[in-house]
Amino acid sequence: MTWHPVCPLDDIDPEDLIRFDHGGRSYAVYRDPKGAVFATDGLCTHEQVHLCDGLVMGDEIECPKHNGRFDYKTGAARRAPCVTALRTHPVRVVDGMIEIGLED
Amino acid sequence: MPYDTLVERRDYSLTGPSAAQAIERGLASAEWYHSDIPRKVMKELMQRRDGPAIRDTALWFVGLGLSAWGGIAFWGTWVCVPFWLVYGVLYGSACDSRWHECGHGTAFRTGWMNEVVYHIASFMVMRNPVSWRWSHARHHTDTIIVGRDAEIGFMHPASILLTVLHFVGIVDIWQWMKILVRNAAGVFTPDERDYIPASEIGKATFWARVHVAIYAATLIAAIWMQSILPFMLIGGPRIYGTWHMFMTGLIQHGGLAEDVLDHRLNSRTVLMNPVSRWIYWNMNFHIEHHMFPMVPYHALPRLHALIKDDLPPPCPSIYAAFREMVPAILRQRREKGYYLRKILPPTARPYREDLHDTVPDREGLRA
Ligand code: FES
Repeated sequence: MTWHPVCPLDDIDPEDLIRFDHGGRSYAVYRDPKGAVFATDGLCTHEQVHLCDGLVMGDEIECPKHNGRFDYKTGAARRAPCVTALRTHPVRVVDGMIEIGLED
Repeated sequence: MPYDTLVERRDYSLTGPSAAQAIERGLASAEWYHSDIPRKVMKELMQRRDGPAIRDTALWFVGLGLSAWGGIAFWGTWVCVPFWLVYGVLYGSACDSRWHECGHGTAFRTGWMNEVVYHIASFMVMRNPVSWRWSHARHHTDTIIVGRDAEIGFMHPASILLTVLHFVGIVDIWQWMKILVRNAAGVFTPDERDYIPASEIGKATFWARVHVAIYAATLIAAIWMQSILPFMLIGGPRIYGTWHMFMTGLIQHGGLAEDVLDHRLNSRTVLMNPVSRWIYWNMNFHIEHHMFPMVPYHALPRLHALIKDDLPPPCPSIYAAFREMVPAILRQRREKGYYLRKILPPTARPYREDLHDTVPDREGLRA
């Protein structure tokens, strides 16, 4: 696994997310309402829509297409039409910079 | 152009040649046009609140209760008629918008409130709460894409008789009751299996059984009481009170384009009176809803104000919407590929024809 820089911590508001693309794949990087950082795959498992246009509410991300929801901390699908879990990825903050850990 | 014969019926099934063509043409699960809205504003618009829907749902239940009380209290006299007229619309029409908004999960902020109202409204509108969740997701992915969308209101050439009969839901509830009974027996058509994941079939069967059991209990009560009163309260409003749901529902997409990837070409925004807007929960802002389905009903007027310069001018009334739609539907019965194409204001970005035009061999499908 390699750590990749994503963006400064302050670039993501608490209870929001951004899109991060790397190696031809898309990821979503979140901050929860308290400011802690999380990451998942960036495309909804229902129909491959970018989650970055969705809405973070508490522990959940709502997909902008059909309002399906996932727990972005565990990846679990929480609301139809999402039934397949999202993959989660490790994140850390180093000197104010968010980093995501991706398999090589 | 031959005006004396009807166009050949297109294949609207989800498993036939149209479905294969839609996929081949890149129209399935495609990229759609969206008006630009800064992320900060969009986040604001998407915010969920319990307040408006709690207020509206309380009003709805109180209205249902009072009108049912009047209908029963004055049953057998003419005085009961206005009570049933109100009860009918609150049950047989308002159920559709509640079903719809709660199905999107946007009515309330609190999840269980959406679920409870969704199930009540699904029963009232006679839709299987599981299957319809999936069919409506498809309607949003592939809005009016023939062979993909299971909720196309006008299938060309549209039958005038059936369209008119929609206003009294007789044909409708007969068809939907058959679906419920079939689903309750665990039987699902290939079309249904196309949009409902296999893992959800068990749930769909369970809820169909619950609905059928309630209707069976209503029938037993009617026989026992020797009266149609139980059906005036349960199920019947889908006949005598459904007119408002169809009046507003038909104008959502009627007369507009098929097989396009810009909601401004296939959906219609209509300004309407506040009572209809309350019954319809602001779904008159239909282009806005399709472009941004995560914006709750109470924020749609604000969304409309923000993007209206990028949309065709809204119809100023329900009457105006019918006036433009009916001639278009009649023309679509006889002229293959015709659709009503609205003029965009100069402030709008042009229609994104390129999104659905990139694939050749679309002759005969568009004007
Ligand atoms: S694409 Fe995400 S819920 Fe359908």
